[in-house]
Amino acid sequence: MDTFVQQLINGLTIGSIYALIALGYTMVYGILRLINFAHGDIYMVGAYAGFMLAVALGFASEPSAFGFVVTLVGAMAIAGVIGMAIERFAYRPVRKYSKMTTLITAIGMSLLIEYLFVFFFSGTPRSFPQLLPNENITLFGNATISTSQILIFVVSILLMVLLQYIIFKTKIGKAMRAVSFNINSAKLMGINTDFVIAFTFALGSALAAAAGVLTAQYNPKIEPLMGIMTGLKAFVAAVLGGIGNVPGAVLGGLLIGAAETLVVGYGGYIGIPSTYRDAVAFAILILVLLIRPAGLLGSNVQEKV
Amino acid sequence: MTRVLLTIGLLTSIFCSFACVQKGGNATTGNTGDTIKVGVYADLTGQTSSFGQSTKNGVELAVEEINAAGGVNGKKIELIVEDDQGRPEQAKTVVSKLISQDKVQAIIGEVASTNSLAAAPVAQDAKIPMITPSSTNPKVTEVGDYISRVCFIDPFQGSVMAKFAANTLKAKTAAILGDVNSDYSKGLTQFFEEEFTRLGGKIVAKEAYTQSDPDFKGQLTKIRNLNPDVIYVPGYYGQVGIIAKQARELGMNMPLMGGDGWDSPELWKLGGDALKNTYISNHYSAENPAPEIQNFVKAYTAKFGVSPDSLAALAYDAAKVLADAIKRAGGTDSVKLKDAINATKNFAGVTGSITLDAQRNAVKPAVVLELDPAAGKFKFKETIAPEGAATSTTAAANTNASGANVANTSATNMNATAVSNANATTNSNTATTNATR
Amino acid sequence: MSSWVKSLITAVVLIAVLYVVNAMMSTGGFFGTGIDDYQARLLVFIAINIILATSLNLINGFTGQFSIGHAGFMAVGAYSSAYFTVTYGKAIEASLGSLGDTVASSIVLLIAIAIGAVVAAVMGLIVGIPSLRLKGDYLAIVTLGFAEIIRIVILNIDAVGGATGLQVPGYANFLWIGIFAIITVVVIHNIVKSDTGRALISIREDELAAEAMGVNTTKYKVTSFVIGSSFAGIAGVLFAHYNKFLSTNDFQFIKSFEIIIMIVIGGMGSMTGAILGAIIVTLLPELLRQLPDIQVGAATFKFADLRLVIFALILIVTMIVRPQGILGTREFGLSWLKRPMRTPEGTEPTGSDEGTPIAQQAEARRLESEEDKDQ
Repeated sequence: MDTFVQQLINGLTIGSIYALIALGYTMVYGILRLINFAHGDIYMVGAYAGFMLAVALGFASEPSAFGFVVTLVGAMAIAGVIGMAIERFAYRPVRKYSKMTTLITAIGMSLLIEYLFVFFFSGTPRSFPQLLPNENITLFGNATISTSQILIFVVSILLMVLLQYIIFKTKIGKAMRAVSFNINSAKLMGINTDFVIAFTFALGSALAAAAGVLTAQYNPKIEPLMGIMTGLKAFVAAVLGGIGNVPGAVLGGLLIGAAETLVVGYGGYIGIPSTYRDAVAFAILILVLLIRPAGLLGSNVQEKV
Repeated sequence: MTRVLLTIGLLTSIFCSFACVQKGGNATTGNTGDTIKVGVYADLTGQTSSFGQSTKNGVELAVEEINAAGGVNGKKIELIVEDDQGRPEQAKTVVSKLISQDKVQAIIGEVASTNSLAAAPVAQDAKIPMITPSSTNPKVTEVGDYISRVCFIDPFQGSVMAKFAANTLKAKTAAILGDVNSDYSKGLTQFFEEEFTRLGGKIVAKEAYTQSDPDFKGQLTKIRNLNPDVIYVPGYYGQVGIIAKQARELGMNMPLMGGDGWDSPELWKLGGDALKNTYISNHYSAENPAPEIQNFVKAYTAKFGVSPDSLAALAYDAAKVLADAIKRAGGTDSVKLKDAINATKNFAGVTGSITLDAQRNAVKPAVVLELDPAAGKFKFKETIAPEGAATSTTAAANTNASGANVANTSATNMNATAVSNANATTNSNTATTNATR
Repeated sequence: MSSWVKSLITAVVLIAVLYVVNAMMSTGGFFGTGIDDYQARLLVFIAINIILATSLNLINGFTGQFSIGHAGFMAVGAYSSAYFTVTYGKAIEASLGSLGDTVASSIVLLIAIAIGAVVAAVMGLIVGIPSLRLKGDYLAIVTLGFAEIIRIVILNIDAVGGATGLQVPGYANFLWIGIFAIITVVVIHNIVKSDTGRALISIREDELAAEAMGVNTTKYKVTSFVIGSSFAGIAGVLFAHYNKFLSTNDFQFIKSFEIIIMIVIGGMGSMTGAILGAIIVTLLPELLRQLPDIQVGAATFKFADLRLVIFALILIVTMIVRPQGILGTREFGLSWLKRPMRTPEGTEPTGSDEGTPIAQQAEARRLESEEDKDQ
């Protein structure tokens, strides 16, 4: 029992990270119908931004809650600005073109960010400083949870609540919902759609950066290509939950994280060795999509002529 | 009509492309100049780019020193470095570029055995000697007599730790946690398992991770239930530091063991206190006060701003071995140069005394080091000479061929390491490797 | 001249050209002129990429299905055929020894190609039947997922080398690869010009309308997917037996992206566009290696280190400046050169605004209607 609880905690930790990144994918998709392949790299940019802030401001040497908050918020702000810049200079000019064109632009953006970071920071993994003291808490039996895991849960939940608040209780949130419902009508209603889209990118990028900093507290190795696989799995999580659907992204992220870890822990009993871990996310996605083509929480819209 | 146009289009395109390549081609003048051209291929932009960067740095440092000392036989060495993005297909392409366009006279590379295996036949066919600094898979040098290496091979290193676990740590059960994408990790896993089982131990779990995994607790929790005496983690420092940390967080305090892939200054930062009670096999200890090693560490740190890891040290040695062979061969005639490289004997490198056996594998004894995170240094535990490794596997039988040399080498090396305990610094020397993700 | 005579002559000429180029690649060259290993390799990769790009173009460009996992089918073809040649290649060659080496190895290669094509086609069918029910981005992510699953499964099969990789006998040469590139182009061109092709294009333009007109869309979508996969398998076989080494690292999703880039940069739905794209994507990164070093004070700045950054930038800028790709849906040929003479200047529909290909207009319309309904 304690092993199962332990595995669940492990899985949900990773799941929360996937969920935070998936939110960015799902919001951008909801508004632009664009798979933002560069979003996984924003997660990496966020981790690097946090790393540089923490080192530059001297938080690396002394763990403190203040240092952590400043690093987290700073990284989120930097990533938000970068996200807006990417939207402005790469995606806005191709917005009116076909899906293939925007997809290739996104892939090109992803490659550009990765190679720029490899060029400037080299591929050598860096060690992210511990910003808060890390301790283990024994729950019962063998099941333990570390403070960095608790931190991931708490901060992710806070950010998700904040996001829900922004989307449903603020003016800009209303505008976002309007744009995602119908961009042209929204424009006719006097909504500055360009601004709303830029804001959505900033919001999504900030969440990804938060995921980057939080992951780095749990697994302090950061490197320029760390966003590729994690980003892809987060995207899978977004599609799984129903792309364009915010609670769906959270559900999808937690499911993928838990499923992955449980396959590692128990897959051996049903003939799936842990080497298949990366395939699990995709396999679940394919199965779900075949049964529910719009994802778990997505609305199944019939196409009309 | 369209079909004709289509074919014309196709033809034109092919000729266009052909012209393009031709144009790109005439960059170099061949080996008439007064420099010796050495090609280096490494992953500088892909997922293993940290290994490639270290390799490139190590070679660059060695060449700079050689040229500052007047070059080899009065000729300067000119390096041509190409990036292969960590893709075997690209590795092969850049090696054929280095050979046919840049007309290099020798090649150094790659880290990952997969990439070396893809590219080695090109060098072999063109009769250009290739020294791989850190590809540990036995198959690499089996490609042909122009291919050699300056690092351990997997069968030897894997069995070293199995012996240490069974004999010194008296472990009865072991779990293995390896990198599924890395053939270095797979090789070590295989030979550790064979040797440990032969010595009467039991492997209770074999789990895998990939380098992009954000955490390892799933695998570790599973291992925790089986409660093995030791865990063997044949991976690279980027992951093993985290693995150690997360294992300790889960309350697993058994010894962790690894190979030379652990060896990097970054390991201490990533793993911290969790690295207590861990042991690795290595070429030998970097804290060795021998002047050539300390000078290497100092020069490397000064030039690149980071301390060298094992891959950098091996690359440095590969370049020095090559320069030494060019000197002995009296030039770069490919047959003479190949013979000179293959005859390398007791070459004093920073990763130990290098002697190439009949299979062109470097024969060096391995040392087992204990990690001391408080001081950030390695403590010498014991030396295990290659002969023993040969009994377990056929592949390792290669190392037997030069039994006489081995005795020599291990004697010198042991002294060196014994002294090293006293000293401190984080660092590295050594290694083997290949990785493929 | 009747058209089959023309075709025959073209075929003979092409094969002769391929033969000469192939001969120039061997040691000693052809009448003293040679192509070195590196250039030869690039030419071969151009040919392989042409197969990949044109076959993906059938799925993406002509049928309008959003597949981004083409490298997975290439891997299936490569590994299945390599397993065959590694295991039985020598034995078959020996039993055919009386026919001479060239003939024997050619037969082995042809069997390997057949195996690769069939296995990849079967895989295409397995992947295609369920996933082609999905549309647009969902299909894209499912194909990408399948490609990754295929790669991970192969990585875990020790019989084909696992992480270490697999050494494969080198049966393929430029002549064979060039011939198969031409066969692929001709076959796909003929499919596109046939009734089937018209059905495929009708699906791309408007699936519901096509269905209303009595086109069995599922059947045609699966057909195009299977044919495309099968040719990707052939490309994989040729790659395996030319490169002589297989590693799953060569089939990561970046490879699938590269194939997509080829068809988008050349122009979706254009045969010659796909070919042009294949050439550009193969050669551009290699040509960027030649970028000069620039001396800034004491430090040398190596432009070549930035080649992949520059490649990515070129990609983005191309998409912004010319979103329909270099050729759009047009074909490059003599008529294309002649056209400006026929149409008075200024009336030629060019540029992204007036000249948007029908496919894109349809896509835009579809998007709009989707936006109306989606929430």
